[in-house]
Amino acid sequence: MILAGKNLTFRYPRQKGPPPVDGVSLTLSSGERIGLAAPSGRGKTTLCRLLAGWERPQAGQVLLDRLPLAQYRGFCPVQLLWQHPEQAVDPLLRLGTTLHEAGPVDRGILDGLGIRNSWLERYPSELSSGELQRICLARALGPGLRFLLCDESSAMLDLITQAQLWSFLLSQAEERNLGLLVVSHHAALLERVCTKVVSWAELVESSTSPGTAGGCG
Amino acid sequence: MKNRRRNTLFFIILAGTALCSVTLAGGLLYEGAAAADFAQKNLPPCPAHPFGTDWMGRDMLRRTLAGLSLSVRVGGLTAAVSAAAALVLGGAAAAFGGWVDALISWITDLVMGIPHILLIILISIACGRGLWGVTIGVALSHWTSLARLIRGEVLQLKGAPYLQLARRLGVSRGRLVKNHLLLHLMPQFLTGLILQFPHAILHEASVTFLGFGLSPEQPAIGIILAESMGYLTTGRWWLALFPGLSLVGAVMLFALAGERLRLLLSPATAQD
Repeated sequence: MILAGKNLTFRYPRQKGPPPVDGVSLTLSSGERIGLAAPSGRGKTTLCRLLAGWERPQAGQVLLDRLPLAQYRGFCPVQLLWQHPEQAVDPLLRLGTTLHEAGPVDRGILDGLGIRNSWLERYPSELSSGELQRICLARALGPGLRFLLCDESSAMLDLITQAQLWSFLLSQAEERNLGLLVVSHHAALLERVCTKVVSWAELVESSTSPGTAGGCG
Repeated sequence: MKNRRRNTLFFIILAGTALCSVTLAGGLLYEGAAAADFAQKNLPPCPAHPFGTDWMGRDMLRRTLAGLSLSVRVGGLTAAVSAAAALVLGGAAAAFGGWVDALISWITDLVMGIPHILLIILISIACGRGLWGVTIGVALSHWTSLARLIRGEVLQLKGAPYLQLARRLGVSRGRLVKNHLLLHLMPQFLTGLILQFPHAILHEASVTFLGFGLSPEQPAIGIILAESMGYLTTGRWWLALFPGLSLVGAVMLFALAGERLRLLLSPATAQD
């Protein structure tokens, strides 16, 4: 499977100034793990939102195997691991409800991520960010998953937990031939985890035809 | 935490009991409230007639209870109708956006811009006064601020990452509304409903007092107060004092219960 964002341009409603994402292209194949590093405010999170289908681009399109992503109903094959886990779960629901809301999660995934049964009885405010992020990851690793976009998804974790989560995620990615996009400021992490590291400038250049200047410097 | 919970529960039970007993008593006493006994007219409060009697010998305690019962029923009905209208309109404005939002927001501003009393009088006259005139008038004028609140809340929820994620994880639209939206709106809705109650009762009484509401033969608090105005100068203070106090008491009970419920349901103050 191939996830392709082509010439994406997006500006939030009533936003002034240049669009955060302007003529960006990215192609991600199954089994590939692309690392993306760029300075803050360059539009990495917005790009992830576009690729995961949270927003519709004003120009360009997001295709999954040549079909527009918007055509997929139910569990979306492209999932975004949100950078703030405490915003990614409903604060008023017990985590057990949140975890199994879209369908039961495999026991092996819960064990692999070290999710304890006692967590599922609690509310999000009673767990740490790291514990919440494991629950978010378990939810995203549903059977229909093909591509996972990790937007600074381990920045809030201590090093040991980071290592545990990444090794589990990498084993899942190998086993299930998942495509990963890893956005991080952490160069060492990208080196270790990804098969390819790209810069923001490369994403913009790859989509501009020769002779026209890139929109984002 | 325990204090506030116990306190709130106590107030809600008290308000609920008062509401039920007043409605029940008013219903039972409705016939007796209009019975005149000219042998007993103009009696000040005494053991047989704790609230005194009026110029036709009618027992003021019975009239007051019957009046309060009518007020509580009108208040309950109008508060429920206007809260439901607020939920539907506010929710629709935020959910659909675009011209639906523009239209509903415009109507909200329009209704908010006209003073309540004036609007209720106009609607009541247009609907032929009486019980239904007042009920429709109060119901149609009290949904605006709650509708705005709910619209804002739904707009905020629509942008929340956890809802976006749940949708992309394949959670159905119906479940999103049931599990997430309604759960988040419940505190605002319940508090709005209970706080609208005293407001509606007061407006019903004041419109009736001004002569644009219920008809004079109905034992409404507004009618009792309006009639008593003519007898105050002759020293019959009990005609106005007890019905007025009981109206204030009923209104205060609901306002306090609503305020405590709001504090309990708001995450910022729930644990104080």
